[in-house]
Amino acid sequence: MTDDLTRLTVKEAHRLLRLGSVSAADMVTAHVERIERLDPHVKAYLRFTPELWEKQAAEADRLIHEGESRPLLGIPIAIKDVLCVRGVETTAGSQILKGFRPPYTATAVQRLFDAGALMLGVTNCDEFAMGSSTENSSYFPTRNPWDLERVPGGSSGGSAAAVAAGEAMIALGTDTGGSIRQPAALCGVVGMKPTYGRVSRYGLIAFASSLDQVGPFARSVDDAAVVLSLMSGFDPLDATSSERPGMEVLNNYGAGVKGMRLGVPREYYDVKGIEPGVKAAIDAALAVLRMQGAETVDVSLPHTDYGLAAYYIIAPAECSSNLARFDGVRYGLSEVDAPNITEQYLETRRKGFGGEVLRRVMLGTYALSSGYYDAYYLKAQKVRTLIKRDFDEAFKKCDAIVSATSPTVAFPLGAKTQDPLSMYLCDVLTLGGNLAGLPGISVPCGTSDGLPVGLQVLAPQWGENVALRVARAYEEASQVTAQVADVV
Amino acid sequence: MSSTWEIVIGMEVHVQPRTRSKMFCGCAIGELGDPPNTHVCEVCLGLPGVLPVPNKAAVEACLKTALALGCEIPRHTKFDRKNYMYPDLPKGYQISQYDLPMSVNGHLEVGGHKVRIRRVHLEEDTGKLVHAGDKLHKAWESYVDLNRAGVPLMEIVTEPDIRSADQARDYAMELRTLLRTIGASEADMEKGQLRAEPNVSIRRQGSEELGVKTELKNINSFRALHRAILFEVDRHRQVLESGGTVVQETRGWSEAEQRTFSQRSKELAEDYRYFPEPDIPPLELDPPWIERLREALPEMPAPRRERLVRAHGLPASDVAVIGADRELADLFEGAVATGAAAKQVANWIVGEVAPTGKLPSAANLGELVKLVTDGSITRDQGREVLAESVETGRTPAEIVAEHGFQQVSDESELRVLAQAVIDANPKAAADFRGGKKQAMQALMAELRKRAPQANPRAANEVLIRLLS
Amino acid sequence: MLARLGIEPGDEAYYAEQLSGILEHIDRLQQLDTEHIPPTAQVVEVASRLREDEPRPSLTQEEALANAPAAVNGFFRVPSIQEET
Repeated sequence: MTDDLTRLTVKEAHRLLRLGSVSAADMVTAHVERIERLDPHVKAYLRFTPELWEKQAAEADRLIHEGESRPLLGIPIAIKDVLCVRGVETTAGSQILKGFRPPYTATAVQRLFDAGALMLGVTNCDEFAMGSSTENSSYFPTRNPWDLERVPGGSSGGSAAAVAAGEAMIALGTDTGGSIRQPAALCGVVGMKPTYGRVSRYGLIAFASSLDQVGPFARSVDDAAVVLSLMSGFDPLDATSSERPGMEVLNNYGAGVKGMRLGVPREYYDVKGIEPGVKAAIDAALAVLRMQGAETVDVSLPHTDYGLAAYYIIAPAECSSNLARFDGVRYGLSEVDAPNITEQYLETRRKGFGGEVLRRVMLGTYALSSGYYDAYYLKAQKVRTLIKRDFDEAFKKCDAIVSATSPTVAFPLGAKTQDPLSMYLCDVLTLGGNLAGLPGISVPCGTSDGLPVGLQVLAPQWGENVALRVARAYEEASQVTAQVADVV
Repeated sequence: MSSTWEIVIGMEVHVQPRTRSKMFCGCAIGELGDPPNTHVCEVCLGLPGVLPVPNKAAVEACLKTALALGCEIPRHTKFDRKNYMYPDLPKGYQISQYDLPMSVNGHLEVGGHKVRIRRVHLEEDTGKLVHAGDKLHKAWESYVDLNRAGVPLMEIVTEPDIRSADQARDYAMELRTLLRTIGASEADMEKGQLRAEPNVSIRRQGSEELGVKTELKNINSFRALHRAILFEVDRHRQVLESGGTVVQETRGWSEAEQRTFSQRSKELAEDYRYFPEPDIPPLELDPPWIERLREALPEMPAPRRERLVRAHGLPASDVAVIGADRELADLFEGAVATGAAAKQVANWIVGEVAPTGKLPSAANLGELVKLVTDGSITRDQGREVLAESVETGRTPAEIVAEHGFQQVSDESELRVLAQAVIDANPKAAADFRGGKKQAMQALMAELRKRAPQANPRAANEVLIRLLS
Repeated sequence: MLARLGIEPGDEAYYAEQLSGILEHIDRLQQLDTEHIPPTAQVVEVASRLREDEPRPSLTQEEALANAPAAVNGFFRVPSIQEET
């Protein structure tokens, strides 16, 4: 019986809690038991937060008893290790932040707490969110709940795996080049990246500031939509956050796809390296959407081939600057007894940063340095304009763009760790959405060789409701919903 | 100074705009001497995950300064990151402005000489390092206080238009007056609210080429600015005349030793890797906003000083004091408008008001000056009345009435009083009659002891008449 | 090295090889003519976000130093800033 509580969607759990058939404390117990059983295999979590869940569950039960209703009252959630929570060790998957306890809580997390959510723990991720497999975590790799020998995707692999394994009902991730959508696809759950500026980045440990966004993982489109709407909206602590009302992400999103035009970019459909099984699942999904009354139209994103190159200049350039603060002076790992400050910097950063972080900081420093700025950084920003214009043109012909989220299903651990470029190619279908600031969702659309495949829906800026509408219509018509993996 | 050399100086001045909170976070601006790390938060400490939000008052102070300097304000501006690692720079980059500053191409007139302003932009201050221990000792270490980190700074950069140490000092003083006039900054050099960093070079008279420059730092007063430049010019001359070359570097001014010393030359090698600050959207400088700021600007110091001379006939020494401070100039013109004599008002402001820094209302000062000028009260009484008026805000007339300060000028009353004094001091009276003019002092002193409110000039006349 | 990373001599070749592969891929950007294309630094149109000049409480000194690797008398402590060249 208690195990069943870990298979619920938010909507279902909310009803049971409101009726009083289960308590928030029961909700926690069920999840903690499942975590204890499965997480030693999956390794989705880095840390647990009993001090929070005990307090939050007691408070939730009190409020329920008093008849108060909040959208996430008693709902257990997990938080990616890049989102700061006051007093909770937050390390961005890195040794350099070991022991760091922020004196503030990320706005996105705080809004979920205010809605009644209970925090179970901190989930694993690639170090500073740099990676597509969670193997770049400086602690340990997370496993895919559907096949423990395979990766869960990344960088938010711990969050995706936790939701897929029934170890959390909702999890938060961040998406800089695909880090929510790709692991959602590989783990068979729903994951959404909002429009840049929709959700406050305050308290999100920055990887690439002009690309990063916070978003939810869930086991249904409805759940993702509700959580996103709660996190959205202006935050005075983030100058790049939008003043548009957060609730607009729900506008009309249940209306179905009848009459909608869905663009299929040929550069995405036939992307190099796409697996036949993935392509077949996408073809089937397009057929389902057409049966629901949508029209699929060919569109083109001609600069797709340049997206990865532009992304791997802009993101490292920003990260090289964002990571300069990890100097061992005010927090984190420090070689404070070095003979001089230069030695302290060098030793602290060499010991504290993993290989992928070092690679990107080097790359970004190079791209910004005098003499190379125009050829690399400025050029990449101009190509970013071209990529954005590609999407603007495409959206003149369609309401939303549909494609595979990832060209492949989950790959074996270690398959790409020696070849950074092959790892980077995991994000080829998702990073365009970050460069153009678009909202995008990945929704499960069947399997290939028994492993989940994700359907990506991209919409114009501020069109979360459009992306959610397509995803929800597909979910409803296909009866393909996120399942809970039983792992062992 | 050899006449064959020409001095060329450009100035970079950092000014702390008048704000209550820091540039990108809500921390209050601390005072010198506050305990370390007590005006800091997650943003100015550069903790991970936090974001800067620019302070509107700092932006407006910078725009007002730019407008007062006659700068062009572009339609858009943005912030950039200047990347370098140093323990007083928490984020590993300073948020500054690079290729789209808040304003360009202004000028400031200094003693009839036009100094062109290249740019005025906004940035954030760094923290403070305190060094401890012996340089030779192994345990040498430093301590970091981030109270100043993130305090807003305007950077005002001139073209190399300044030609002497005097002019450099006058430029800085004129800039201070302007900043105070428009309310953009307190611009107190001792408090570090105005930091002048001259770039000094010299070249052969008639040469068009610029010489190698050195940048001077650690200058804490106008006097130090003047002396540091004189020292540095002399040093350049000696180096060049002995066949050497000046090294481009940053040099610090030592107040104790009255000389400059090399701080770092490696700065040249630093590559700051500027790029647009992705955490702050670009700023649209809407023309209506700029126009509102422009219209709200008070009269600039230079035309005002001209008017003080032209309309009120004040001498240069008075203008130097009154024209240097907008509040004093307002007080002067306000008091004169009540009908008080301009020169008398100026004397009272320069002699009594400016040294205390406590300002009466213009109406009260005008009234006071009139009371003194028409002989109703003495100058000494006037000082007392002024102090009390500033303290309580009451009018001089009220205070005079209450204290009985009103001078007695009535001839018949004074004659009774004077006769009484003569009767009581027969020796002094006889001395005076015998030709000892100084004896009058003793008689006047006695009279004023008996009747402080007596009009001294009138009483003196009555005494002389009675004794002759 | 600008980035202050402290790469060990033995690892330099390893990183150089990986980076050259990435740079080779990145060089395809040079094929595009972008002379008349404006750069995109920020992707959504949000502008002029200013905050009112209102102070809010700072952290206490204790909170400010809570995560510090080394603190002395309210200061963060760092090693000598004299660089040995």
